[in-house]
Amino acid sequence: MTAAVSHRHRAQGSPYVSTTNACKLCTPLGACLAFRGVEGAVPFLHGSQGCATYMRRYIISHFREPMDIASSSLGEKHAIYGGGPNLKQGLKNVVDKYQPQLIGVATTCLTETIGDDVPRMVREFVQECQAGGEMAPLPRIVTVSSPSYRGTHMEGFHGAVRALVEQLAQAAPPSAAVNLLPGLVSPADIRYLKEILRDFGLTGIILPDISETLDGPQEMTYRRIPAGGTPLTDIAAMSGSRATLEFGATLSGQDTAGRLLAQRFGVRLFQMGLPLGLRETDRFFGLLETLSGRENPRPHALERGRLLDALVDGHKYVFGKRAVVYGEEDLVVGLTAFLAEIGVRPVLCASGGESGHLEAAMARVCGDLLPELPVVWGGVDFYDIAQEAQGLAPDLLIGHSKGYHLARAWGIPLIRVGFPIHDRFGGQRLLHLGYRGAQQLLDRIINALLAQKQADSPVGYGYL
Amino acid sequence: MKPVIFRERADQIHRKGAEPFRLTCNKESLAGAVSQRACVFCGSRVVLYPIADALHLVHGPIGCAAYTWDIRGALSSGPELHRLSFSTDLQEKDIIFGGEEKLYRALVELIDRHQPAAAFVYSTCIVGIIGDDLAGVCKKVSQEKGLPVIPVQSEGFRGNKRAGYQAACQAMFQLVGTGSTEGISPYSVNILGDFNLAGEIWIIRDYFQRMGLEVVANITGDGRVRDLQRAHGAALNVVQCAGATMDLARMMQEKYGTPFCRVSYFGVEDMAESLYEVARFFKAPEILERTRELVREELTALYPPLQHYRQALRGKKAAIYVGGAFKAFSLIKAFRLLDMQVVLVGSQTGTEADYQELAEICDDGTIIVDDSNPLELSSFLQEQEVDIFVGGVKERPIAYKLGVGFCDHNHERKEPLEGFVGMLNFAREVYTTVMSPVWRFLPRRQASRPRSAPTAEDPAP
Repeated sequence: MTAAVSHRHRAQGSPYVSTTNACKLCTPLGACLAFRGVEGAVPFLHGSQGCATYMRRYIISHFREPMDIASSSLGEKHAIYGGGPNLKQGLKNVVDKYQPQLIGVATTCLTETIGDDVPRMVREFVQECQAGGEMAPLPRIVTVSSPSYRGTHMEGFHGAVRALVEQLAQAAPPSAAVNLLPGLVSPADIRYLKEILRDFGLTGIILPDISETLDGPQEMTYRRIPAGGTPLTDIAAMSGSRATLEFGATLSGQDTAGRLLAQRFGVRLFQMGLPLGLRETDRFFGLLETLSGRENPRPHALERGRLLDALVDGHKYVFGKRAVVYGEEDLVVGLTAFLAEIGVRPVLCASGGESGHLEAAMARVCGDLLPELPVVWGGVDFYDIAQEAQGLAPDLLIGHSKGYHLARAWGIPLIRVGFPIHDRFGGQRLLHLGYRGAQQLLDRIINALLAQKQADSPVGYGYL
Repeated sequence: MKPVIFRERADQIHRKGAEPFRLTCNKESLAGAVSQRACVFCGSRVVLYPIADALHLVHGPIGCAAYTWDIRGALSSGPELHRLSFSTDLQEKDIIFGGEEKLYRALVELIDRHQPAAAFVYSTCIVGIIGDDLAGVCKKVSQEKGLPVIPVQSEGFRGNKRAGYQAACQAMFQLVGTGSTEGISPYSVNILGDFNLAGEIWIIRDYFQRMGLEVVANITGDGRVRDLQRAHGAALNVVQCAGATMDLARMMQEKYGTPFCRVSYFGVEDMAESLYEVARFFKAPEILERTRELVREELTALYPPLQHYRQALRGKKAAIYVGGAFKAFSLIKAFRLLDMQVVLVGSQTGTEADYQELAEICDDGTIIVDDSNPLELSSFLQEQEVDIFVGGVKERPIAYKLGVGFCDHNHERKEPLEGFVGMLNFAREVYTTVMSPVWRFLPRRQASRPRSAPTAEDPAP
C-alpha cells in the first residue's frame, strides 16, 4: 500500500521572508567540492576574494585537509569594468604555480550579476596563451555557472559534474566500463563504492572521486595538489562506457551529467536514490549483478546477511522512535528510507533544497512502510524546522552538525551524517552507503539511543 | 617544480638581515595566488558579531550568512542573538527586481520576533551591484520600529578586511553618543578590540575592576548596544587589536575628546605593560599601587607552572601567520618567554609601520611576509624546519600535512589566551602539540632516522 500524500504536507518553502540558520550552503561551494574530485584539478572562483576563503575554511573544518581554492580576487574597479583581466591573470598564476591538469572555474553572484561571459573569457585566455607561446602546455579549463542566488550547494555540485562531462567527454570507443556519479558522499563512501565495483569485476569511472583528495595520507612532501581524483582520461572516456549509474532520488528529469551522456553519446542511464539502507542498496547491488553478470560476491552477501541479523537484534531499541531528518534532499530521502525500514518513525523530513521532487521521492522509498508519510518540507531553514518539530516530540535528530543547537535545546541525540560535521572528529571517514554503511548507521543510532537511556536513568543499568 | 613565490609578490616578503628592511603591503591580493584573506564583509562581520543583543542581518545570497553562522567563539553573559545567522537569502528574482522590499519585510519580521536592541544590516557584493538603497530601508524601519537600524557598507569587493573594520567602526559610531553618561566614574575605560573569545574579555574586565576602574563598554566582546550608546562617557579608550577598532577610537577622540591608548593582552610582558599604561593615565597613586599588586599576584601564580613548559620547549622553532600584525608582536614576545625562536612571521593585513616594527624585534634570518598563501607558507615551514605554526583554521592543514605542530590563535580557540592565565594556557597548548609523540612516526620525520625493523632472535645455542 502506498500512503496518500499527507494532509500535513507543507507547501514548498518557508512561510517567512527572512532566513534564520540556513539548512543549505551556497552554489559555488558545491562546485568547488566537485572539482576537488578530479585528478590534478584546482578549483577556481571567479569573484571577490572572500568567497574562496570562506568556503575553504568551511570545507577544511570538515575534512581537516588542505583545500586550496583560487580566486580572481575582484576589486571595485573590476566590479565596474568587468572581471576578465583578473580572471586571466588568476588563471595564468594558477597554471604557473600549481601546474594543474585542470582548472575548474565556478562563477559567483558578483560575476554573474555584472554579466561576465566566463566561457568567452576562458577561450580568449587560451588563445592569448597559444599566440604568446609562453605557457604550453595549458591545462584543461572547465567553467560552470554557479551564482549563489540560484539553488543550493547541491545544484552547484551537480552543475559542476555536468560541466566536467559536457566539456571533457569526447566520442570514445565503446568500453566495458561503468560510469558512477555518486553525488556528494564521503571519501569513505567512495572508497567503499570502488571496492564494490572491483569485487563485481567491473571497471568503474567514479566522478567526482574525493576519496584521496579530501582524505589523504601523511607523505614525505607537501603536494601542491593532493593525489587522487578522477583522471581526465577517464572523464573523456565516459562517453564510451556501457552504462551510467547516477545517485540522487530527486534528480530524475533534471539536466544532469548522466542525462547528457545518455543524450549525446547514448550511454544507458540508471538513475536511483543513494544506496542507503537495505532496499535502496539492494537495488544498487541488483543492478551491479545485471551489469556484471555475476552474483553478489560472497563478502557483500555476508555483509547483507549480518545487516539483516543486526536489524533483528536491534529492532526493539528503535521501533516507534520519532526522528527528524534534515540536510540535502537526496541524503534525506535515503536516510528516511532506512529509518522506515528499521521501524523508526520519521516525523519531519526537511531540506534547504527545493528541487520540487522531494515528496514524490519520499513516497516512493517508504510509502509502503509507514502508516502516514512524514511532514516533507523543502526550502526551509532551521527556524522552520524548530517550529515544526516542536509539536512532533522527536526522539532523535539525523543530519549534519548544524542541527546540534536543536539537539542540545531538546535534550535528544543527534546522529551526525553527511556534510558538514564541524563538531566531531572523522566526518570524512563516516560511511553512509551500502550494507556496510547501513550497518554502521544502525549501530550509531542504537548506541545514541542507549546512551541517552543510560544518561536519563537513575539506576545506571550495566546491561541494556 | 617552479619556485613558489610569485614575481608580483617578491616585495611582500622580507628576510631579516639580508638587506635593509623593505616590504610592500596593503595592496589587493594577487588573482590566483590563493590568498588567506577574506573580504570587506568578513572584516565588518567579525568586529560587530559579538554585540550580543543586536540583530545581525546579512543582506545577500545565503553563502555570506551561512559561512559566518556562530563562527566566532565570542561568548555572551546574557542574550545570544548574535549566535543566530540571519539572511535575506536573495534569489534570482530579487536580483532582477531589487531586494529592497524583501529586506524591509525581513527586517520587520525579525525585529518583531526577537525585539533586539538594535539591528545591523550588512551589505554584500551583490547589493553593491544591484544598487539597493540600504540606508533608505534602514532609516524607514528605524522610524517605524523605534530602534537603531544601521547599515554596514561591507560589499565584499570594496577592498580587504581592513575596509570592513572601518565600515564596522562607522556603524558603531552611529550608536556612540546617543545614550546617557550619567553616573559614569571619572576612573573609567572602554575596552576596544577584544572579542571575548573563550571568555577573554571577562579576564581583562576583572583586571581593570581590581585596579579600581569602571568598564563602560565592551567593544565588542560580550557587547551591548546600550553600553555602546554611552561609551563616550568613559575617560579612556583602551584599544587592542589596533586594526579592527582603531578607527572608532580616532572618531571618538575627534568628536568627544576621548583619549586612547594601544595595548595587548597577550603574553606576560605586554599584559603587564598594558595595565601599567592604563594605570599611569589616571595619575592616581592608589590605582598604580593596586596595579602593581595585581601584577605581582598574577606573576607569582604564573611563573612556577610556566617553568615546566619552558624547559621542555627551549630552543624549539615557531612560525606565526595571523590576521593582523599587532597580535604577532605579542606572540613573538610570548615565544621568547618560553625560550623559543620565531623564524617566520606574517599577517593578512599588516601595515608598513607594523612590519617595520616586526622587523626590528625579530632575529636575523626570520622571514616576514604580507598576505601569504598556502604554497609560500608550506615552503617556508619546510625551509625553516619549524616545530609549531600559529594561525587559524586555514593554516592548520598546512602545518599538519607537513608534520608540524599547530596552535589556533583565531576564532576557534576555546581556551583563553589573553591575560596572565592566558599565557599559561598558551604555553600548555604549545607544549601539547610540540611534545606529542605522533610526529616521530611521520614519514617526513622518519627520513632522518633509520627505520627499526624487527630482527629475528638468534636461535639458542
